[in-house]
Amino acid sequence: MEAVSTPRFPYAPAPESRAIVNLKPSYGLFIDGEFVDPIDGGHFKTESPSSQEVLAEVSSAGPADIDRAVHAARRAQEKVWGPMPGRERAKYLFRVARLIQERARELAVLESLDNGKPIRESRDVDVPLAAAHFFYHAGWADKLGYAGFGPDPQPLGVAGQVIPWNFPLLMAAWKLAPALATGNTCVLKPAETTPLSALLLAEILQQAELPPGVVNILTGAGESGAALVNHAGIDKVAFTGSTEVGKQIQRSLAGTGRRLTLELGGKAANIVFDDAPLSQAVEGIVNGIFFNQGHVCCAGSRLLVQEPIAEGVVEALQRRLETLRLGDPLDKNTDIGAINSAQQLDKIRELVSSGEAEGAERWSPACVLPARGYWWPPTVFTGVAPAQRIAREEIFGPVLSVLTFRTPEEAVEKANNTTYGLSAGVWTEKGSRILHMASRLRAGVVWANTFNRFDPASPFGGYRESGFGREGGRQGLQGYLKGAFDD
Amino acid sequence: MVSAGRLGKAPVATGRPDDADLAGPAGMAGLADVAGSEMSLRRFLYGLPGVDQVGAEARAASLATRSIKAGAKLWAIDTAISMIDLTTLEGADTPGKVAGLCGKARRPDPTDPGVPAVAAVCVYPDLVACARAGLAGSGVKVASVATAFPSGRASLPVKLADVADAVAAGADEVDMVIDRGAFLAGRYGLVLDEVRAVKEACGGAHLKVILETGELATYDNVRRACWVAMIGGADFVKTSTGKVTPASTLPVALVMLEAVRDFADASGRTVGVKVAGGIRTTKDAVRYLVLVNEVAGDAWLEPDRFRIGASSLLNDLLMQRSKQQRGAYAGSQDFSLE
Repeated sequence: MEAVSTPRFPYAPAPESRAIVNLKPSYGLFIDGEFVDPIDGGHFKTESPSSQEVLAEVSSAGPADIDRAVHAARRAQEKVWGPMPGRERAKYLFRVARLIQERARELAVLESLDNGKPIRESRDVDVPLAAAHFFYHAGWADKLGYAGFGPDPQPLGVAGQVIPWNFPLLMAAWKLAPALATGNTCVLKPAETTPLSALLLAEILQQAELPPGVVNILTGAGESGAALVNHAGIDKVAFTGSTEVGKQIQRSLAGTGRRLTLELGGKAANIVFDDAPLSQAVEGIVNGIFFNQGHVCCAGSRLLVQEPIAEGVVEALQRRLETLRLGDPLDKNTDIGAINSAQQLDKIRELVSSGEAEGAERWSPACVLPARGYWWPPTVFTGVAPAQRIAREEIFGPVLSVLTFRTPEEAVEKANNTTYGLSAGVWTEKGSRILHMASRLRAGVVWANTFNRFDPASPFGGYRESGFGREGGRQGLQGYLKGAFDD
Repeated sequence: MVSAGRLGKAPVATGRPDDADLAGPAGMAGLADVAGSEMSLRRFLYGLPGVDQVGAEARAASLATRSIKAGAKLWAIDTAISMIDLTTLEGADTPGKVAGLCGKARRPDPTDPGVPAVAAVCVYPDLVACARAGLAGSGVKVASVATAFPSGRASLPVKLADVADAVAAGADEVDMVIDRGAFLAGRYGLVLDEVRAVKEACGGAHLKVILETGELATYDNVRRACWVAMIGGADFVKTSTGKVTPASTLPVALVMLEAVRDFADASGRTVGVKVAGGIRTTKDAVRYLVLVNEVAGDAWLEPDRFRIGASSLLNDLLMQRSKQQRGAYAGSQDFSLE
């Protein structure tokens, strides 16, 4: 790493105040409309990954708690939420969306505290998109008969939903909004390291006077999640997380008749052709892999750049990375926040070591890492061979692997040479090439001249080991509606 | 002759010493070849990487969210003041108005000697002598618009006479306008020839080339116009006359800052950027400085390399400066009009 020189225009610290967040010392489980103590679960602490400060104590759901939540959800589905006309359900969803907007700053600060992501992202991406998902699905609730799934599509029943720690609130919105719009009730388990924004969302659901039991939120670790997805009382499992856990879930659900959608890992190719708008491509590369510290399943972790421009692109990228600001997630000028957990930091460290051991060239900009908390500098590997682990395995951190290609065919081959298939990016000024590439890339989402853009109207999901099922759009409704072969 | 493919790489090249085609004097020779014919110039300009409008605007919007507070804000305010071309370009301008403006330029806040002087006073050619007298001994430069400003619709001899007039009257800097009609018709060679002729007519005076980006319509055109001006010898590329809407915008400035950065890499010569038109508040000015800092780099945070053409901006900067220092806003009556 190079020495850090003194900037001429040092931005003074501009921290967002945390006073707006009113953290309780301890949180119960949100079951049947109220916070309750666990029956057979315990408690655990959640910390801020940027400071290792303990933020609060939360409950861990045991089997009896899960049973209670599933029963509450079943009761609510059969008695209240299922029979309720779609236009009435819509009113609740609109209300939740508006409350998320009203309490946006509170949610953003809490998300940055608990997750470690920069406030700029939680404020400008996570929270507005979470609200947008509720608004969008509120619009569908009374129009399901026109969604292309028959004149009167029926909900599945109770959905068990397990979400990851990278976009805690947003993933909760992605799971809850379509399920609720289609008349299902939910038992949601947020990730162990990031439970707080989901618990604040539970308060918002109370504030919206959502009928008790329609949404239940159970905090806990992996065992709580496993117990939830294996509970016989649920009709549908929706999981977003690692491919390894996704496979376990699929195995355990085989033959149960329970519906399943999985949104898993990725190793996306971000393909830059020699006729690309280069400045914007560099921004897209940065946004593709350093957005949210690379804790993004659809991150553009493999840069495929056409050989004639490879050297120039890497130089321009390195110059750009020198301007990234790493540090306090609550500072409004921070671009790169903290790694979410010690465990994830270990995984990044291990894979980066493998990249060095396997002969790739490692580079990071001059950057001082804070003394406390979990941090990793933006890292670029050049000279990466397709066979190396850093070109094949999902790192889920701010680590980019740069590979080159010569022809469009080679770009397609290399991009598809992965067990995953979640997303891809294409950078070129030639419209026909965009369409040509998009039809050949085996990825659920293909971005053209942009990356990591999300919209509730656009279905998101993967191929192969990136999972199946779609979230968002008309297609996303299907995962929560009975089809021709359901009874 | 440098091949088109080689030059197509210029905007991302870094000017490494071993990159003989692009760095240093050899690079300039390469760029001179580009300008050898209308065909080679056109091929070079069309070989520049495109600008994706959505991406450029998103990047500018993202940089506009930087939060500049406390000491950083005070530094930015003083830096912005020192970069102002304090401008009056009205048909109703009089010697009295220009004299007043010169007083303001030398000592923006008479109650506070800590406030830096502005960079220049910008007037029409016939008022250059007046500005010269008003700024004598101050170090503040006299800038004059010329070349049939703002439309540029005159023959080259008339434009050159306009420039000669301003220079003879003592202008340190000349702000010319390009022939947007010729540019939009694809006659890049004509635009280049005019820039070169004006540069020659300037003699020792610095040349700022106004692109009038509001009339160029696309960011690709803005980037190409920058390169034409820079190859022609511009010391500065400038967004707008202030007489056309839209005038300067953050994404336009972003594209221009990228162009001067890439040109410096390719040729070894540094060109400045001047934004002008519609920049009225401290917040606007600070956003431009952030853009300069993060796009071209902090070497461009100098009055030699970045200017803001403005009039009412200065008083807003003074007001925010006193607020930053005293903790309370002064009233508008506390600052002189000009």
